[in-house]
Formats: sequence, C-alpha cells, structure tokens
Amino acid sequence: MPDQPPPAPALTAADIRHIARLACLSPTDAQIADYQTNLAAVLGYVGHLRTLDLAGVAPLATPLPTTGPMDPDEPGQMLPPATLLKMAPATDGPFIAVPKVLGESEGGGGA
Amino acid sequence: MSVLQTALQIAHAVRTGAQSASGTVQQALARIDAENPAINALTQVFHAEALARAERIDAQVALGQDPGPLAGVPVAIKDNICTTLGMTTCASRMLAEYRSPFDATAVEKLLAAGAVIIAKANLDEFAMGSSTENSIHGPTRNPHDHTRVPGGSSGGSAAAVAAGLVPVALGSDTGGSIRQPASHCGVVGLKPTYGRVSRYGLVAYASSLDQIGPLTRTVADAGLVASVIAGHDRRDSTCAPTTADDITATLSTLDNVPKGLVVGVPRQAQGQGNSPGVVQALARTAEAFVTAGARVVEIDLPHAGAAIAAYYLIATAEASSNLARFDGIRYGHRATLAPGEGLGALYCKSRSEGFSPEVQRRIMLGTYALSSGYYDAYYGTALKVRRLIKQDYDQAFANGAHVVVMPAAPGPAFEIGSKAADPLAMYLEDIYTVGVNLAGLPAISVPVATETIRGKALPIGMQLIAPPLGEGVLLRAAALLERTGA
Repeated sequence: MPDQPPPAPALTAADIRHIARLACLSPTDAQIADYQTNLAAVLGYVGHLRTLDLAGVAPLATPLPTTGPMDPDEPGQMLPPATLLKMAPATDGPFIAVPKVLGESEGGGGA
Repeated sequence: MSVLQTALQIAHAVRTGAQSASGTVQQALARIDAENPAINALTQVFHAEALARAERIDAQVALGQDPGPLAGVPVAIKDNICTTLGMTTCASRMLAEYRSPFDATAVEKLLAAGAVIIAKANLDEFAMGSSTENSIHGPTRNPHDHTRVPGGSSGGSAAAVAAGLVPVALGSDTGGSIRQPASHCGVVGLKPTYGRVSRYGLVAYASSLDQIGPLTRTVADAGLVASVIAGHDRRDSTCAPTTADDITATLSTLDNVPKGLVVGVPRQAQGQGNSPGVVQALARTAEAFVTAGARVVEIDLPHAGAAIAAYYLIATAEASSNLARFDGIRYGHRATLAPGEGLGALYCKSRSEGFSPEVQRRIMLGTYALSSGYYDAYYGTALKVRRLIKQDYDQAFANGAHVVVMPAAPGPAFEIGSKAADPLAMYLEDIYTVGVNLAGLPAISVPVATETIRGKALPIGMQLIAPPLGEGVLLRAAALLERTGA
C-alpha cells in the first residue's frame, strides 16, 4: 500500500455495504445514501494529511511514555455468575441464550 | 432559589458541623426539581439514595469522624461512567436498561471522599458529539440560552454546574468533551493528563484518548476533585504509576502567581474561523497574563491544522473496535429475529437498532480506516501525524513555555440543530481541543468573557495546556486567569 491516502474516494453503495458487513451493521438504503455523501466528505477532508512529509516518522499509538506497568499475576475478584446472567438480554437457566449458530445461511455470519 | 455553594465551601461547612449534608442535598434536589426540566441536563436523579447517604455523612460528623475532603458535596456523574446507582445508559438505546454491577474507580474515590452521587448527566451517545443533541434522553439546553447547545459530549455535566444544580460533575474528554462544553456553559472544565485518572468503569470510546475529569464553577474546586480522583489504579493498565500528592499540594498555593511564568500563544490559535468574541478574549487573556507578570511569547504548533483529521481517524478506529462488544449477547439491546435468522443476523440487527446514526457513522469511518487496503493509508498515517503533533507541544515546552493558551472553541455556543446535518462542521467544533488528547496533555477551560448574540451574553472559555503531569502549574495559571479575567 502507498503511504499516502488515496484521493477522496467515490464510495459506491457496494463499498458501503462491504464496510457495513465488516462493522456488523445493516444500513437502510437511506443510510447508505447518507454514508455515500457524508463519509466521502469526511474521507476527503482527512485526505489532506497526504500533504505532510511523514518520511521517517514513527507512528504513535499512545501518548504514554512507556508501556503499562506490569502487576503481579494474582487472582482477582470475579463477578458472581448470577450478576452476569442478570445483565444478559436473554438467558436459559444458568446459560446466556443465543440463537442457532451452526448451519446459518449467507449473511447470517454463522459457522 | 439560591445556587449551591462551591464544593470547597460545602465540604468545609459539613466537616466542621456548620452545615448538614442532608440540608445541602435537599437544597440541591429542590433546585434540580425546579430547574432541570427546562434544560434536561440530568437524566436520572437519586432523591432517596442521595438523602440517605447524606444522613449517613451527618451521622459520621456527629460521631466525630471526618467523611473526607468532599464531605456532603452533591455530584453528578456523566452517564458513560459506571455507577451501581441507577443505570449507565451512555445515552444510547443499546444500553437503555443497563445497570452496572460495579462503580468506576473515579466514582469509588468520590464516595470514599464523602461525596454524594445525586444524579447522572446527559451526553452525546457514547460521548460521540459536540452538542449533547444526540441522546436518547433528548437534547440538553444551554442554561444561558435555551435555544443553544451546551456543547458536548459532557453537555449535561456542564449545564448542570452552570445552572447551579450541582457544584461538581464528572465528565469525560476524548477530543474536548469536557473543555468545549465548559467553555459554552461558562464553567471550569479540567481534562487531566492521560493516565492521571483511572479509566476503569468509563465506557470506552477511544481508549488511547479518553480521560475522566471534573466540571466545576471554580478552579479550586476542579483541583480539589482532581486531587481526589487521580492516582494509580491496578484495574487500568494505562493509569500512570503516580499519586495525586502534587495536585493536593497545589491546592494551598493556588493564589501564588507562578514565578517567571511563560505563556505560549500559538500562531495557529489566531485563526480566521474564530468569532469576534473569541478573538478579543484571546488577546485580552494574553494581556491579563502580562499584567500579572508573566511573559507571553508566540509559539508555533505547525501541525495543529492536521489534528482534526488525525483525531477523527484514530478515535473512530478505536471506537469501531471498542464498540464491537455491543452485540446483543452479553448485555445491551437485543433485536427480535425473524424465523430462520441466526447469530450473525442478531449481531447486525441489534447493533443497527441499538446505535444511533451518528454512532454508526463513526463505526463505519473507523472500520473503513482499519480495513484491508486502507489501514496504512488512513490509520497508519494518522498515527504518524499524532507523533508530529505531540512533538510540536514537546518543542514548545522545551523552548520555555510553562503553559500554552488557546481558545477552547472557535466561538460561543451554537443554535440547536444548526450543525446536526453536517458531521464535518460538527467535527470542526473540536479544532482547538483534539490535539491535547492526541498528545495526552492536561488542559483546562476557564470562563473569561462573554459574547453577546441576539441579546444573550454567551460564555467564552480560554484553554490552558501544560506538559504531562503538569496539573500543578496548570491549576495555578488557571487560578490567576480566574482572578484577573480577560
């Protein structure tokens, strides 16, 4: 890949659907049209970063001067299972209930 | 109905028995009940729980015990910070019914210092916004002009303090979300150094940028609250291995003008996009520092103009990852499936129903920036620019500036709805604040002036920025500005 962003992209509906699938979202046709306009505008704006000379500049992912301090590997407190189950939107006895995973059709994202 | 005292005044009076915590909380609740409906700053109010806690504090005092430096002080908590009291909704349909099983570390520390959690404050959904319009609880209105926004995303916190509902509110600041609403509402907003305050229990938006901080009416109160909530926490691996002793020590010297103070004013802060009131306030702030004996120098932040672009790529990339946990399985909104639909459909439908269009837009942008073929060109480039922005600040401080001053926002509060349809215009509202988050610096917004628009005097805040862990000089410079005005 080149180091510099490409020109402001003309996002097609297919592009938007591809990104949405990666993001686990199901945009409506109206949202897709909105993204084609607004996302493209934002991407066009951020594209001006290409004008900077970034040769030899190392990326900076965190402002911290060092990596996080290491703590002793000691067992901590866990939330009680009943508390965790209380947060779940659907349960089945002592389990969190989920829909069928195996044998899903395309677009279902299953097995 | 009288506005509450400052946190310092309340705590002193409660600790010495001159005033009861119960009376203080009753006064706050009465004011909230009377004033909050018009501005919608607070979304949950804990009448019974707050009064019960205040009574326990009074009982402690009666027994000769010291409840702590925030004894009896009513505090509102931004609703993306976990509390076992009430719900933690993040102003999102996704978490509309979510009850946290634990308190955030910052909340634990407030309680240990004797504070009374009295309410949760409104925000832009998942802290993504600059206006507090994008909330399932409805928009918050600016107390100075109800047709205008309070700023965001900690708009509920800022408006609650400005309206005198509480003397202290906690906010979170990912790209200016404490400082910009503080500016728009005429209150003090402190964003501590990245790592100063534990993020444990703050619902993550962008983990390398997020930081919890106080909104208050005075600089001294901001320092007091910061001294309580700062400090290392094993539950947040990015929390700096430091104490808050230096902030505590500063509290007794706030009135001392820092000797030989050098104040840097960036050329880039004198932009053409500033409103007339902001232009005047910046010039008068520089004059005020000179009058107080400081040396004011012009400095250069050559990459400041790239900060918004870098920020919105990094923040949305991190958000797309952080918000992946909201899938309708373990907690949050779960969609109803049609016959034959499976797990993948559950993820997509739950997320599409649970997140608002703006949150989805940011997830989409972040996903795009991280996707195969675009990662280096967008996200990787933004990380390199982030280093340049941090180096600019490092250079300014190395050249002798103790603090940097610039506006917290390019203008006063804008009208509700005026930027809602243009995401880019809304993002540019953060032009003076995002660089601080990219560099991890401490910064504070202090109200210094007003700009009158259509007969309403709208507050303008000035932002001071210090080197990492420089909250001491930051607070003293801010106190000086608070005393002298602009």
